Amino acid sequence: MIATALPSDVVRIATDAVTEPFWQAAKQRRLVAPKCGDCGTFRLPPTPFCPECQSTTVDWPELSGRATVYSFAVVHGYPGLPELTLVPAVVELPDAPRVRLVTNVVGVEPEDVRIGMALTVDFHPITGGWLLPVFRPDAARE
Amino acid sequence: MKGLRDVAIVGVGATPYYRRGESAGTSITQLAGEAILAACADAGISVKEIDGFAYYSGAGAGYGDKMESADFMETLGIPEVRFSASLTSGGGGSAGAIGLARAAIVAGDASVVVTVMALQQQKQRLGTVVAAKPVTPIGSFLQPSGLAGPGHLMSILARRHMHQYGTTRDAFAEIAISTRENALNRPKAIRKTPLTRDEYFSGRMIAEPLCVYDFCLETEGAVAVVTTSIDRARDLRQRPVPVVAVAHGGTRDWGRAFSWYGMPDDTFTSSGHRPIAARLYKQAGITPQDIDVALIYDHFTPMVLMQLEDYGFCDKGEGGPFVESGAIRHASRRKPGTISVNPHGGQLSEAYVIGMTQIVEGIEQMRGAAINQVADAEFALCTGGPASLPVSGLVLGRDG
Repeated sequence: MIATALPSDVVRIATDAVTEPFWQAAKQRRLVAPKCGDCGTFRLPPTPFCPECQSTTVDWPELSGRATVYSFAVVHGYPGLPELTLVPAVVELPDAPRVRLVTNVVGVEPEDVRIGMALTVDFHPITGGWLLPVFRPDAARE
Repeated sequence: MKGLRDVAIVGVGATPYYRRGESAGTSITQLAGEAILAACADAGISVKEIDGFAYYSGAGAGYGDKMESADFMETLGIPEVRFSASLTSGGGGSAGAIGLARAAIVAGDASVVVTVMALQQQKQRLGTVVAAKPVTPIGSFLQPSGLAGPGHLMSILARRHMHQYGTTRDAFAEIAISTRENALNRPKAIRKTPLTRDEYFSGRMIAEPLCVYDFCLETEGAVAVVTTSIDRARDLRQRPVPVVAVAHGGTRDWGRAFSWYGMPDDTFTSSGHRPIAARLYKQAGITPQDIDVALIYDHFTPMVLMQLEDYGFCDKGEGGPFVESGAIRHASRRKPGTISVNPHGGQLSEAYVIGMTQIVEGIEQMRGAAINQVADAEFALCTGGPASLPVSGLVLGRDG
């Protein structure tokens, strides 16, 4: 049993002016995160104000796509999809300090996932023509 | 006497507790109305004396339904309301809603205030409520992961606690098993057969590390409590149960908690209740050792463990060994270093009404009328759900 993301036709997202750059970048297979244009603090998910300095100026640097598992679950079943096995995970991004992304670890046996595991980003098609950032074990670093 | 003690709970009432879907055909207004009338009868006051409503969860009734004071006034014949307000967010505010009632009374706005929760799950079950939420820009950073319900979200905190402190599933098992033990002699309990270790460890895994027995029941029903001034309370039918301390809120490092996951390490493996605990003990002028019975919001077993740490019944990270030592088992007399946790069978085994059954048990313990009574109990702690802020807590006492 290899962990997957939710089937493409099940995942819907909504965007607004504050969050859309994240999704537009993902559509181009780039992982980005909002960074305060004034004080340089990263934040996730994208929100209107910098929580440190309240600035609304934001940069969207492209990240390396590397991540490590901070914690995770192994989920058995989803409404309407009882046979599905998912590994939802909270990951840390080495080049966006002190923020975390909620995502899925895919392409791995769930029992092999560990806290601290090195991951690299991949992109999973979802509805509306968007791509969802997900993560696979980083063979080079594991 | 220690603590606030300017208001008291004087009445408590509830409907039967139903399994999911069993109360279909009865409206939320009727379920809540039954509970309100029962609470008034218990207090020995007319429902027409109610002049305030203090809700939590945005006056929501479970997931997708609402309560309205005007509906209760129309159907129960309540002539005038002078206070109608709710705490924000969800089940985190259950205990704190009694503080909202107190605020109305101490301010002189209202004199007889009802806190009520009614819950049905036929429109939307608790277990997959996250997956069913409307798609929003912020929700789009959580929902696609497939964390379909609150237990799934909290399984990720549980795993981190296991990683950081060596906590094992044996601790979660002990919480599920001891809570079930407490429900066995409860007439209204949904689960009344013992839970064995074998059953626990062969239970269906829903969101590893959590299995079906780590999740609370998905039940239906309503509970109401009536709060009034301490002076008025002393003229009523029941022994008054004074509010000794009550607080809601929390700090940014917990914030939206498991809808966000940005908490620093120590807070990630917590219930978000530490700031509430500090405020309660200060208001009450007591320490955790003074609490005789702990009614801990038990939607998911690991969150009981983390609340025991946050409320100081054991050290941070020691929740596993603490519960495994048998320290939370109900005993009719409290021994130092132990605390009877959820002697009513909790939301895991009696019934889940979004925190209200914890308040019911706190009241019964302070009246000396609980089914599984802690002898001579002077202080009962009731907590609201570890959830997006506000979280909340309540210390009830004995009068005189």
